[in-house]
This record gives sequence, C-alpha cells and structure tokens, in this order.
Amino acid sequence: MKITRRRAIMGAAMSITLLAAGCSGSDDAATTGGGGETVSEADVAKALEAGGNLTVWAWDTTITKVAADFQTKYPKVKINLVNAGTGNDQYIALQNAISAGTGVPDVAQIEYYALPQFSLAKTVAELDGFGATALDGKFTPGTWNSVHAGGKIYGLPIDSGPMALFYNKEVFDKHQIAVPTTWEEYAAAAEKLHKADPKAYITSDSGDAGFTTSLIWQAGGKPYTVDGTNIGVNFADPGAQKFAAQWQKLIDGKLLSPVVGWTDEWYKGLGDGTIATLVTGAWMPSNLESGAKAGNGKWRVAPMPQWEAGGKSTAENGGSSLAIPTASTNKALAYAFLKYTAVDEGAPTRVAAGAFPATTAELDAAEFKGKEFPYFGGQKVNEVLAESAGQVVTGWNYLPFQVYANSIFSDTVGKAYLGQGTLTDGLKAWQDASVKYGTEQGFQVK
Amino acid sequence: MNTTAAKKRSTTLTLITGLMVIYTLLPLVWLLLSSTKSQEDLLGSFGLWFGKDFALFENIADVFAYQDGIFGRWILNTLFYVVVGAGGATILAALAGYGLAKFDFVGRKAVFAVVLGGIAVPPTALAVPVFLMFAKMGLTDTPWAVIIPSLLSPFGLYLMWTYSTEAVPTEILESARVDGAGEFRTFFKLALPLLAPGLVTVLLFNLVATWNNFFIPLIMLKNADLYPLTLGLYSWNRQANTVGGDVVFDLVITGSLLTIIPLTVAFLFLQKYWQQGLAAGSVKQ
Amino acid sequence: MTRRSWTGWQFTGPFLAVFALVYLAPIIYSAYLSVFRTQLVGGTSFVGLENYTKAFSDPQFWEALTRVSLFLLIQVPIMLGLALLVALAIDSGRLYGTGFFRISIFLPYAVPSVVATLMAGFLYGVRFGLVGSINETFGLNIADPLGPDWILTTIGNVVTWQYIGYNMLILYSGLKVIDTSLYEAAAIDGAGEWRIIRAIKLPALRGPLVVAGIFSIVGSFQLFNEPQVLDSLAPNSITTYFTPNIYAYQLSFAGQQVNYSATIALIMGVATMIVAYAFQRRSMKGTL
Repeated sequence: MKITRRRAIMGAAMSITLLAAGCSGSDDAATTGGGGETVSEADVAKALEAGGNLTVWAWDTTITKVAADFQTKYPKVKINLVNAGTGNDQYIALQNAISAGTGVPDVAQIEYYALPQFSLAKTVAELDGFGATALDGKFTPGTWNSVHAGGKIYGLPIDSGPMALFYNKEVFDKHQIAVPTTWEEYAAAAEKLHKADPKAYITSDSGDAGFTTSLIWQAGGKPYTVDGTNIGVNFADPGAQKFAAQWQKLIDGKLLSPVVGWTDEWYKGLGDGTIATLVTGAWMPSNLESGAKAGNGKWRVAPMPQWEAGGKSTAENGGSSLAIPTASTNKALAYAFLKYTAVDEGAPTRVAAGAFPATTAELDAAEFKGKEFPYFGGQKVNEVLAESAGQVVTGWNYLPFQVYANSIFSDTVGKAYLGQGTLTDGLKAWQDASVKYGTEQGFQVK
Repeated sequence: MNTTAAKKRSTTLTLITGLMVIYTLLPLVWLLLSSTKSQEDLLGSFGLWFGKDFALFENIADVFAYQDGIFGRWILNTLFYVVVGAGGATILAALAGYGLAKFDFVGRKAVFAVVLGGIAVPPTALAVPVFLMFAKMGLTDTPWAVIIPSLLSPFGLYLMWTYSTEAVPTEILESARVDGAGEFRTFFKLALPLLAPGLVTVLLFNLVATWNNFFIPLIMLKNADLYPLTLGLYSWNRQANTVGGDVVFDLVITGSLLTIIPLTVAFLFLQKYWQQGLAAGSVKQ
Repeated sequence: MTRRSWTGWQFTGPFLAVFALVYLAPIIYSAYLSVFRTQLVGGTSFVGLENYTKAFSDPQFWEALTRVSLFLLIQVPIMLGLALLVALAIDSGRLYGTGFFRISIFLPYAVPSVVATLMAGFLYGVRFGLVGSINETFGLNIADPLGPDWILTTIGNVVTWQYIGYNMLILYSGLKVIDTSLYEAAAIDGAGEWRIIRAIKLPALRGPLVVAGIFSIVGSFQLFNEPQVLDSLAPNSITTYFTPNIYAYQLSFAGQQVNYSATIALIMGVATMIVAYAFQRRSMKGTL
C-alpha cells in the first residue's frame, strides 16, 4: 500500500491490454476466464495438496514472512515473491506482462483505487466462484466495498487506510493550540500556528489526488458514479464543493507548506516540526517512525477533523488488495494464498509486522488496540485508527480509469495551488478532462 | 604534449575556468558531504558542511550489509552489463564505422541515413513496442533485455566512421590486400591499432551510458537479483513512500557516491590511453 | 566490387542487426499502431490517419513542441558556447592543473539520474535546500526555481550541468587532433593566441561543433529525463504534456492510448530528423 501520487519516475501505468490483440492475435488473456470460474473448496484443498509454483508480485514487506510461513505449512508449494515496484511502477509492469501474454504473476498486489481498471478489463479474475462471497463480514465495510465492481469480487483486502489526524504535540503545546476537531478549527489552528512561527505550517499540500478525493469522500461527496460502462463525473457535487470552499481558505492564506510529499524535505519537515500535522491513512505510523526519527515521542494521533461539529465520519486513503490476474494458470492455488494472507494466519502475522489490517477480527483484537507506540509517546494509536475504520462513509466509487485521472490531477487542480484560479475551477477542469478521456475510451459519460 | 606546454600559465584564466568547476562540482561536494552523515544529520544539518557525526564508514558498511548485501550483487551485475554492453557496443561500432568508411558498397548511404534517422525517434516512446517484442522472444527479466539495447551506439558509429576515414590510410589496406590478407585479419592487425584513440573515446562514452542505464532495466527487469546499481538505488529511494518500507536516504546517498566513484576512476584511467592515443594520432597526420 | 560490397555488409551487419531489433522493428510496429485506435470499451478499430490529424490540432502537443523549440533555441547555444570556451581554455595550456579541470567539468556526466534527483531537490528546494539557505542567510527572496515561471530555466540549468562536460570533451578531442605544426608555423609568423583560435582552432572545430549541435538538437526534442525526474519535486509546474516525449510517455503508460502515443513519437522523430538535417546542411556548407 502506498500513497496515490502524481506520476512518479515511471508515471502512471495502464492498460495496453488490447495492444497485443492488435499486434498478433495470439493474446487470449483478455478473452478467457472473464466470466468467473467456479472453484470449490475441495479444488483449493486439492491444489494445496498437489503443490506447485506461485509467482506473487507485492511490494508490501510484511508479505515476506507470510509467504515463508505458507511454504512451511504447505511444503509442496513454492512461492516466488517479487517486488515489481511500488504502486504505479508495478501496474505498468503488470499491464505490460498482461499485454505481452508472458510473465504474468499468479497473484498481484493492487491498490483499491487502481483495482477497477483491472476488473473492468477483466484482466484480474472474478473471485465469487472461488468462495470469496463467504468472506462477507470478515472485512471492514469500506475495504470490502472497494474490492467489488459491478457486484462481483475481484480481490481480497489486505490492508486499509482509515484516516486520522496525525499531529506534532510539541508544536501544538508550544503555541498553545488546541487539537482541531472540525475543519473550521483546523483552518483556525493553521492560521494561529503560522502567525506564531512563520516557518511552521499546519500541513504540506501541493495538490494530491488521493488526499483530495478522500476529503471529498469524508464530506459525503459522490463525484464519481459508476454503473458498468456508464459513468458520471461531477465535482459540482455538494461534498466536493464543501471541500473546495474550506481548502481554498488555506491556499489563499498561504497556510500550506509547499513542500512536496514523500521527498527528503518533507520527511525533514515532519521531523523538525515545520509540518505540524498530517491527515492521512492509518498506515502512516511506520513511515513516521523510520522517516522522521527526529519527531520521536512528539507525535500523537487524533480523530480526523469533521465537516460538522460532533460528526463521526471518516474516509479511506490508500490501502490495497491481492488479486489474481486472469492469465494465471494456477488460480486455485493462488486463491489459497490470497485467503491465507488476507483472512487466515497471514492477517495476524502481517499486523504483528506493522501492517494496518482490513479484517474486523484483527481490528478488534485487544492486543492490537492495546499496543503502545513509543514514537507517539506511548499512545495506543490503534484505538483511534480502528475507530476511524468503523466510521468510513459508505457508497464511494473510483472511476474505472482512476489511475489516469489521478495522473492529470496536477495539470488541472494543481493550478489552484499555484494561485492560478480557484480549487473549484481546477476541479471543473479535472472533471472536463476526465469526461473527455472517458468519452474517447468509449464510456457513456454523463 | 604539444607546443602549448611551454606557454605561461595564466592565473586569471584559471580563476575564470575555476568558476565553471564550482558550478559542476558543487552538487558533487554536497553528495560527498552528505554521505558522511547519519540519516538524522542528513535532514537536520546544513547541506554544505559536515554533520554532527562522521558516519561515512558506517554508511558504507551499511550499504554493503543492507538486504543481505544485495548492493554487492548490483555492482557485479553492473560490471557485467558494462563489460558486455559497452564492450560489445564499441566493437560493433568500430566494425560498422570502419565498414562504412572503407568499403564503397551498395546501400552504404542508406545505412547511414537510416541509422541517423533512427536515433531521432525517442527511445522512451518505443519502450512499449520494444517490451512487447522482447517479451514474445522470452527476453524480459533476463540480462539480455538490458544488454541488447545497450549494444547500440549511434554516436560511436559516427565517431568510428570519421576516425576510420582519417586515421586509416587506404593505401595500407590496399597493400595488405595485395599481400592476400583477409579483410578481417587486416582490420584486426592493421586498422584496429590505428583506431585506438577513437576506440577508447567511444568506449568511454559507452561506459558512462551503460553504467547510468536506467530506463530499459526499469521496464525489463523484475528480479532484484538482476538489477544494475541505478535501478537498485531507485528501489531503495522508493522505499521512502512504501508503507512498512525503511526510509534509507542515507544509504541511497552513500550508494550513489559509491556508484559514481568507479566511473570517475575509469575515466581517469582511460584518459591516459585516450590522450596518448590522440597525441599519437595527431603526429601521424 | 561485388566481393567488396559483401565485405562492407559483413562489417556493418552486426551493428545493423541490433539496430533493426531495437530501433527499426519497434518503429515499424509503432507506424502500424498509429493507424488504429484502442478503447477501453469497444476494443481496437482501424482509423486510418485520424491519429495524425488529431495530433496536428492537439493544443497540448503544440504547447509541448513550442516549449522544446524554445529550449533548443536558448539552452543549446549557451551550453555549447560554454563548452567551447572551456575546451579552448583547457587546450590553451595556460591553466594551472589542466587535468583537474578536464575531469571536474566532465564529472556530472557520470552522475546517474536517481542521484541527480536528490541533488536537484537539495539545490532547488526553497525551504530547506540551498536556495532556501541563501534566502535565509542573506534575507533575499529568490524566485522559486521549481515554480512554473522558472522551471524551464531550471531544467536548462540541469541539462547544461549534466552535458557541458560531454560536449567539452567532443570539442576538446577536436582540438587535440589539430596538427601541431600549424601552431608552430603560426608562432613563427608571430600570431597571438586569439588569432590562432580564430584562424586555426575554430575552423577545425566546425565538424565537432556540428556533431555536438546535432546531438543537442536530438536531445532537446527528446527532453524527458530531467523534467520527469523533477516532476516528483514540482508536480504542478511540470504538466503531463510538458515535452512531446513526456506527453507520448504519459499517453501510453497512464492514458492507455498507445496508438496515439506512437503517432506522437513518429511525428517527433520526423520533425527531429528534418531539423537536424537542415542544421547539418546549413552548417556544413562548403566543407565535407
């Protein structure tokens, strides 16, 4: 799981799916198995008994241990775990392999926002026939919804990113600022902090598609509607407008640090108190611990600021699933690994290694909730984060070409952060560009 | 070297050129200083001076120990790609350049036009077609996927072509032919020594290009055991935005320094040959 | 003649085989792709030259093309001019520590792009970077080098930094092959340094300058790595259609528009060829 960013070095990736069909016609990956196979529990057990090789593409480091345990339990299975890149890099690689029809893994880690792109093209297998429907209720509603498309299941959630407010308590105490509980208070805190210390900012934001959509999500916005190939994009939606109005105040007041996320400067700012808060997914603690060591003991976690006082709504940011590419030749075995990793023994193993779970059993475990984090001054951080997981607003959709849409975010909405037009203008431009693209790609766009 | 050696040195000219050196070296000085810093100092101290701790040797040890010492493996991979890729590219360019310069064959002009035209098309834009073709040939995720594209050096071809035209007198070749020597024998025995200066220059450029090769390995390779140094460092850098991944900017920086050093040394080393060769070449003319 | 002809092909054959595999075949493949359209919904269909007409009326493509043309007209002369000055200075033999200068100026060429990214972040960061330190120390307010107004200049600076040594070396090696007896003759005639430069060195550098120029033209039109690398630091300043090559890349990897991307790549290839050929024709008039 990783953060949705703009084009990284490799840019965003997507479907060259049908390219191969255009070149040789020998590529049948897209035509087989799309309709959903039926694989019984007995088939899965048989596959485990028979053993075989599984190639797994995942960048999440906690899966290493899970793969080792799995092989110990089923000695006939040999897992070839490959880090084919983080996020977009891996989707490019996956899409390339699918197009070429060779070198496609049996299991691939795919973020929630990117999954619809693969499920639409049927390049990942539908899992209903494998017994995945029986897992209903094992996962948090938000993540379970995220692996569905058109009422079918295309992956199993392995982690989640319910959002919370991470803040530097030392900075807040020093300037006697109360921890904000609403976005109004957050803006006020931003102003007070920056006035008290012109070098310090409430947070850094130079425009991030994942963050923006998450905040709109929390505000109850539903800018994207998806019904098969009928889609809608509408940022005039009240939730989107609520976000735009509120966040515009921070931009106009120059209250946001221009430091770009995930750079060394950013980590430096998180460590030295010049970036005082982050509103982000529950996977953040391990990154703070290893990237901003100077902030050790100073950070705390609080519930996400609300759009209305007393509200209890949150959203997801990031998080990923494991899916089975349609071209895999050993899907029964692949599903066995998916289930093992997502809900069975793998889930607690990964939580112990620092992952933030998507399963309710792990979220509710006393040991998980009671864990004290020295980096956060001994705070039981997971209590706050687990609570957030249960408050995620339902009914959110990503576009079936969200990876592309996110890649052009900085071309459009990014302008507002440079002071060229407002966020509302930027969102409108983003909407127009997304609609144009969707139409070109043959979608029915409202 | 030549007559200029006897000239008076100029302090003014040295100082002015010195400004240029400051321009080129400043970022490298930063890199050098940064590699002496711990992760904390890296983010917490002024860029152009030392940090609190002097951690260079610790950093180097860490680079080689991290992830079961995979950095050492990357060095060996890079060396392999460089030897086969840059070496091969130099040989191919020498053969082809010589062939174009010394044989008036049908289609010669077309060859040159096609090659020069080809390099005008951006390789990044060809990445997808190349990948698909290589995948169909079963070459992806093998060392060949990296080596084959690096065997091409249009600049090398150009250089060897001009060099062959000027440095290998056609009369020598004619007399060799009269003696009944085969064309390839003539090339290796007679022409190649004369081409040495150009050859070393081409090798030098190919060396740098292969050493810094990033885009092709990024697309072609999945297996970290096959990575060259650049891709390895990139993957370490990317850990900073991977959950559960270590943030290892200090290792990235020290690793970067270690990546640059061999090239610098190779350049220094090759420079001698290159200069001697050039001097020899200019005497002959 | 037939035997010789065959020998010539034998010498060039290996190079051409690799060239065919890595360049020609993908180019032909791209040409094939450029007459189709593939949609996420609806699949692949033959569209003839539609992608080409689309490209010529695509404002994003034109913006990108205009930007690299501007870059070519400004950055390349500056870089080559500086490289020429340095090459002449080093060749003059009047420097203390010639070897040191030559290596120092060449070194940036040996820096991989990953490292260059980190260094660019350090140098150009307004808050923590060197620019930030300078602003703070001297109470200045230097414009943000990564802001939209300055980003192209910054990229020009990075490109100049990386390639000045490379070009210097091409020119320097051109100077090195000048017959030393010419200098001796000039010295006997009592010609000064400047006269030697004008009468002997510059004419001899014509060929190498054309080579460096052509490579710089190709490099400018293909501008990709530097903006791509800086994009992670300045996402709002560098659009997804910042240069034609970035646009082609974005189209095929993020936009699933491989066909249109191939079209853009081919148009750029032809445009580069035309400009490079015209440049070569003009500057080599009377020689070769």
